[in-house]
Amino acid sequence: MTWVANNWDLIATLTVAHLRQSVLPIFLGLVIAIPLGWLAFRFRWSRGLILTTSGLMYTIPSLALFALLPPLLGISFLSTANLVIALTIYAVAIMVRSVADALASIDPNVRAAATAMGYGPWRRFWAVELPLAGPVILAGLRVAAVSTISLATVGILIGVENLGYLFTNGLQRRIVPEVLAGVVAVMVIALIIDLTLAATGRLLMPWAPGRRTRRRGRRARMVTS
Amino acid sequence: MNLFADAFAWLFSPDRLTGPHPLPQAIAEHLFYTFVSVAIAAVIALPIGYLIGHTGKGRDVAVAIVGAGRAVPSFGLILLLVLVLGVLHKPAAAITAFVLLAIPSILSGAYTGIEAIDRATLDAGRAMGMTQWQVFRKIEFPLSLPLVMGGLRSAVLQVVATVTLAAYVGLGGLGFYIIQGVPLRRFDQILGGALAVVFLALVLDGLFALLQRMAVPRGVGAGKPHQSGAPRRTNKGVMEQNQDFAVETGT
Amino acid sequence: MLGLTQKSGIALAAFAGAAALALGGCSSSDPLAAPSPTNSSSSASGPIVIGSQAYYSNEIVAEIYAQALEAKGFTVERKFNIGQRDAYIPSLESGEIQLFPEYTGNLLQFYKPDTTATTAADVYAALQTALPAGLEVLDQSTATDQDSYNVTADFAAKYGLTSLSDLSKVDVPLTLGGAPELEDRPYGPTGLKSKYGVDVAFKATGDTTVEDLLAGTVNIANVYSADPRIQTDKLVTLSDPDGLFLASNVVPVVNSKIAGSVADVINAVSAALTPEGLVALNVQSTVDQKSTPDIAKAWLTANGLN
Repeated sequence: MTWVANNWDLIATLTVAHLRQSVLPIFLGLVIAIPLGWLAFRFRWSRGLILTTSGLMYTIPSLALFALLPPLLGISFLSTANLVIALTIYAVAIMVRSVADALASIDPNVRAAATAMGYGPWRRFWAVELPLAGPVILAGLRVAAVSTISLATVGILIGVENLGYLFTNGLQRRIVPEVLAGVVAVMVIALIIDLTLAATGRLLMPWAPGRRTRRRGRRARMVTS
Repeated sequence: MNLFADAFAWLFSPDRLTGPHPLPQAIAEHLFYTFVSVAIAAVIALPIGYLIGHTGKGRDVAVAIVGAGRAVPSFGLILLLVLVLGVLHKPAAAITAFVLLAIPSILSGAYTGIEAIDRATLDAGRAMGMTQWQVFRKIEFPLSLPLVMGGLRSAVLQVVATVTLAAYVGLGGLGFYIIQGVPLRRFDQILGGALAVVFLALVLDGLFALLQRMAVPRGVGAGKPHQSGAPRRTNKGVMEQNQDFAVETGT
Repeated sequence: MLGLTQKSGIALAAFAGAAALALGGCSSSDPLAAPSPTNSSSSASGPIVIGSQAYYSNEIVAEIYAQALEAKGFTVERKFNIGQRDAYIPSLESGEIQLFPEYTGNLLQFYKPDTTATTAADVYAALQTALPAGLEVLDQSTATDQDSYNVTADFAAKYGLTSLSDLSKVDVPLTLGGAPELEDRPYGPTGLKSKYGVDVAFKATGDTTVEDLLAGTVNIANVYSADPRIQTDKLVTLSDPDGLFLASNVVPVVNSKIAGSVADVINAVSAALTPEGLVALNVQSTVDQKSTPDIAKAWLTANGLN
């Protein structure tokens, strides 16, 4: 792959830009999804609105969303802001349901026990509910992170340079290794971020259940009979 | 000056029917690529997914494929295949890309669909003397249908979004208006095209949501045991699919 | 069928959506305008911001400008690949970008679609008057990279084509290939019809235009004149006696505030850039697959400008 060897600088610069443009939406998505998800869990009437709206947002194709945001928000169509906001919306859409379901899956007895021990609602949320919901939220975060990194490449169509540049530039110049390098780079970064998040999760949440605890035994029984 | 008013004016102007690139033709192209690709992907992924769910083997590979599938940049894949296969095969290159992108969702829908079935039901079928094939046909297939439809729904939406992007290589479809509108500085065209795409996506999503509900066999969900506190659901949508997959792998 | 929470959810979402549509979109700001600069970027003391089109050849010229200025001690900031003219002109006008390699004819048509100038000298003069206040052009180069209509060698031989007026001799339907926006450009299908009386269908071929021409999916294509593939693939450029295309030379567009300080450096670059030289640069990018900075550096060294 001589092209890759010769253009390592370019790939590195674009990767840094790509990460900068992706990490912000992922982080913002999490920060916005947690309160929204909590609202959807806590107030039954809002659950329909919040989940339906975020589901609808996820349905909108990226290029179309880039076009819809400027008239609604007064931003420029061909700007990094447009890309970041669109990516954040998708990240929120993915994670909101994750948060809502995670909170809903906590055993009400645990909540009751916390209240009985004198935890106020605020402290109960931070000390009990959020940690217990953590693993599922993390799972949603990983899905959102990978999707965001992959989707950010479309930014090149609205003039935002990131790894997507390697696609259009490679097509223009007919350099297959360039386009391929772009695809591979995106996937590699997504994988690294995914593994990093998983490792961080295991570090921060030692109470999370171990992987693959349940299913093996029963399915094996089904097959052998 | 309302930008949405301009976009609607563009969208409903008679030029959309008589001028170059008529809107009905663009919609037809878009739907054609979407359905052909999802159909091909379903033919490939459903049998494999069912097999994985039924036998329990190869699950790790499938999970890895689904995870990797999410990481593939669809726009890059299209450009790569068009570059490699050449312009004479542009539609084939594009459809290949769409099929590859649709496979993970459908695969996931199939094996999670079967895995979600209560083991007791399967054991009961076995106890009644059903063969493997009968178990699949009478129990696994109908009961997994909601999640399978969810996977198909997810795949359809993803392909619709990618077909929009494929206008960059001149494939037609509704994305053309957006791609052409940028250099021409016609925001009414850009927004009009975007609204058409959104409308198409919402209609298809609604259609599949309907199919998902219809796919639930009568009597299912009534006696399903649940984790205490979890909200009762009888069918799963796009997001739940993602979460199920995420839960299986991450925690 | 739908539960109460879901029904109310959809209803509320629909209402919110309608409200957003009604209220939003009332902004009079142009979504295609450049974002306003957060700090004054048109001072001569800050870094000089150089932009380029989303076109590899233009990016090379921009990189040459950048390295030439850096060699003379200027600080340069690069904002390359910001899409078509229509996308970056607002940034130039607002001062967010201060230097940009452009093409005289196309830029003139952007500001003055009904211009009648066609020769290189006329176009340059007309451009100088057409530019808005605050922008000016430095010396133009002899190098051109303009739209041109090409056919394959076989097609030209079969119908005896050398110029666009010969197209009326062709008895098969003509399909023109090019970037999607060519369809509506003044020199697109409408221009061919009005100047040469030729009807062409249009197919948006974008980045694969040359391949489509060679494959036969289109029989006439808009290929930029500095594209090396015209020579390597033996394409025949049809001459343009009636002036459908304006002469389009490479010219630096610059913000008036810094024009004085960069003129000497950039004019030297423009003088050294020849038509063959530009094609050679493009060959290095597409055939030799060298990176833009390397190509620019080599060219500057060869011409003694760094």
